[in-house]
Amino acid sequence: MTTDEKKFDVCVPTDAADASGTGGSSAGLTRRDLIKAAAVTGAGVLAAPALLRAQAAGGAASIKFGLLEDRSGNFAIFGLNKWHGTQLAIKEINDGWTLDGGVQGPGGPGVHAKVAAKPPTTNIKATVDNGGAPARDDTVWTEPAEYLLKSGDKGVLGRQIELLAPDPQSDNTQFQTLARRLILDDKVDVIMAGFASAEREAIRPIMDQNKMLYFYNNQYEGGVADKNTFCTGAVPEQQIVPVMQYMIKNFGPRIYTLAADYNFGQLSAAWTRAMAPLLNAEVIGEEFIPLSVSQFSSSIAKIQEAKPSWLMMYITGQNHSNFYPQANAAGLKFPMGSSINIAQGYEHRRFAPPALNRFHVTASYMEEIPTPRNKLFVKRWRAMFADEPYLAMEGHSAYVATHLYAKAVRLAGTTDKATVVKALESGLGVEAPAGWVFMDPATHHLSQYIRLARCDEKHNITFMTEWPHIEPWWTRRLGVNLARTAEYKQYIPDEDPFFKMFQKKKG
Amino acid sequence: MNVPYIVSLAYQYADNLAFLLLAALGLMIILGVIDVINLAHGELIMLGAYTTTLAYHRAHLPLPACVLLSFIGVGAFGMLLERTVIRRFYRDKLGALVATWGISLLLSQGMLLFLGPSLIAVPLPEWTLSYAGYSFGGYRLLLFGASILVVLLAWWIFYRTKFGVRTRATMQNPAMAQALGVDTRRIYLYTFAAGSALAGLTGGLYAPTTTIVPLMGTTFVDVAFITVVVGGGANPILGALTSSALLASISAPLSSAFGTFLGRIGLLLTALVIIRFLPRGLSGYFQDLQRRRMAGARS
Repeated sequence: MTTDEKKFDVCVPTDAADASGTGGSSAGLTRRDLIKAAAVTGAGVLAAPALLRAQAAGGAASIKFGLLEDRSGNFAIFGLNKWHGTQLAIKEINDGWTLDGGVQGPGGPGVHAKVAAKPPTTNIKATVDNGGAPARDDTVWTEPAEYLLKSGDKGVLGRQIELLAPDPQSDNTQFQTLARRLILDDKVDVIMAGFASAEREAIRPIMDQNKMLYFYNNQYEGGVADKNTFCTGAVPEQQIVPVMQYMIKNFGPRIYTLAADYNFGQLSAAWTRAMAPLLNAEVIGEEFIPLSVSQFSSSIAKIQEAKPSWLMMYITGQNHSNFYPQANAAGLKFPMGSSINIAQGYEHRRFAPPALNRFHVTASYMEEIPTPRNKLFVKRWRAMFADEPYLAMEGHSAYVATHLYAKAVRLAGTTDKATVVKALESGLGVEAPAGWVFMDPATHHLSQYIRLARCDEKHNITFMTEWPHIEPWWTRRLGVNLARTAEYKQYIPDEDPFFKMFQKKKG
Repeated sequence: MNVPYIVSLAYQYADNLAFLLLAALGLMIILGVIDVINLAHGELIMLGAYTTTLAYHRAHLPLPACVLLSFIGVGAFGMLLERTVIRRFYRDKLGALVATWGISLLLSQGMLLFLGPSLIAVPLPEWTLSYAGYSFGGYRLLLFGASILVVLLAWWIFYRTKFGVRTRATMQNPAMAQALGVDTRRIYLYTFAAGSALAGLTGGLYAPTTTIVPLMGTTFVDVAFITVVVGGGANPILGALTSSALLASISAPLSSAFGTFLGRIGLLLTALVIIRFLPRGLSGYFQDLQRRRMAGARS
């Protein structure tokens, strides 16, 4: 372990001697496989030109990896970061690295045998600050700084991953056109795509029509239950519920929601409405803002009239982030909670203090996470992308998803989509830079390591609370089990009879 | 309906009016005088905001100097555009539409390539006024003052200078103006530069309030076009003023009572009604009214 760690200190891990060894042998293996496959299907003649080309290039055909992330338009600030995350992961995979972890049988945080050998001798707060997580019985589990292992493979199954990443320009129609092109012309093996939920819902039917393996690497409003789709971002039960609990406890029960006017904002606001009575709070006001709006004087006046205890923020995109400096200049000083802002669009770095004072977000990742592991991750990221303005939550999701896909293909032994889906449903857990995450076979969502970050008047980030393992339990309660029954839909909070029950009880 | 609420509403009205006026005036002057629909208007605003932001952070100039630099810099850039591209399309209005659209794409995508997806914004001056539970941004009141000043200045140039007389003559009948010795090419050049400079000023003034991104122009340009359509090009200054006054009086109370979304719907519906009944916009309507009155006086 220690010798390994020494090697890993190099920012981008490389090992030349090892590279030539595994590269050569696995390429040979794949060529044999190809010939075998050709013989079995009886298509030897047809496959021959392709085979010759592959041999001429000195390796097997690459795995085609389709990526649609916004590099221009309203969502460019998020998309560029996700694009970089995917590129970093692909480079590591092609260089022979993989995330620590694998199939973990029953799942759960204990199975990776991470419980510390000794009880803690330092106090709990210091332990948390250093990245360890306190359990109820005061044992800590250790988190090794290194999260990469040698895969013993160059690329995946001896095949390099080739990235095809056209720019969909924050435009839903472009997403549809480019998704069709990636599937029908480029014949990609997997597609990872989309920032906004509107983008996801624009292309998910196309993925299903073509039985394309699809990853959505973004926090969102939850509820997608789709056999072909895997979601690696956080969902409301992992973000909205914990941040609401914290805000109600610390600031009071009167909530005012300001949300973007599309499916993400509407459904996240519905979650807040549904959860408020369960937490002895109430939503006293709500406003939905069109994505094109960037001037907020009337919204600010409405909030001043309502006088809430705190604000629940679901605004998104580059136009909406103007709210923060404008509200600050207009003297609006309410505490704010969110599932997205600052973790996604680093508003605390983009706007002058104290615009984001008393802002709270539950995040699956933020650059400021103080663990040695994250520091290593930030160092490697910046070695590849020196100008990256911020390592945001969704860039991390994209990075983890890319490694998860590679792991699943290696386990499946093929890029055949149905088989890779089965491999992804086998109970895969990995050591992500944020902490341990687990792909839940029933819901196709990740259990996440969630932290509640607080921004102070100087725009410094402090992590107030950590939840090392929040499961994506909500659609499971509604009876979703994709491993057993295939579905292709998105559930919304209104379909949950439990929420209505509790709302009635209160009113 | 109490006094503080009315004050808050008046503040929102002033804020709305300033935004519409500043976003639309440059576009409207170019449309009125040259009859070119400048689809790169939003990108010129973006250039103004970038100029101010870069001057503030890199050259450490005070904000008013940065805004002045935007005004002059984007005006000069507009002059260059007119010399190289726009003047080739005066006989081909549809061609001008496509050309300016192309310029807008070049500017926004070029900015994305050169300076990345966003810049750190200029900190918004924190002057806050409080009144009976409401607080108002002082900078937004300053924007309102600036918008009124700009209109007054434009009016003065248009109606009280020799250049203004020549410009109005060119608007009315370019061939006749040319015959009388007016250098219409020069008028067009200065008009386009002035429209661009106003776009640069708008970008500079709003730079502290918005996110500095390459496509930020779109957030200005959609309301700018609604304002232009409602105002009409017959008299740019009167048109911009009346149309932004009318539109703000619709969107401010609607947004305040029912939210920003319905405020936007109100803007669009007003534009639809105006186009249906006054196809030449408010300023066209006033012009017709004046002509009829003059015709009546003569007979």
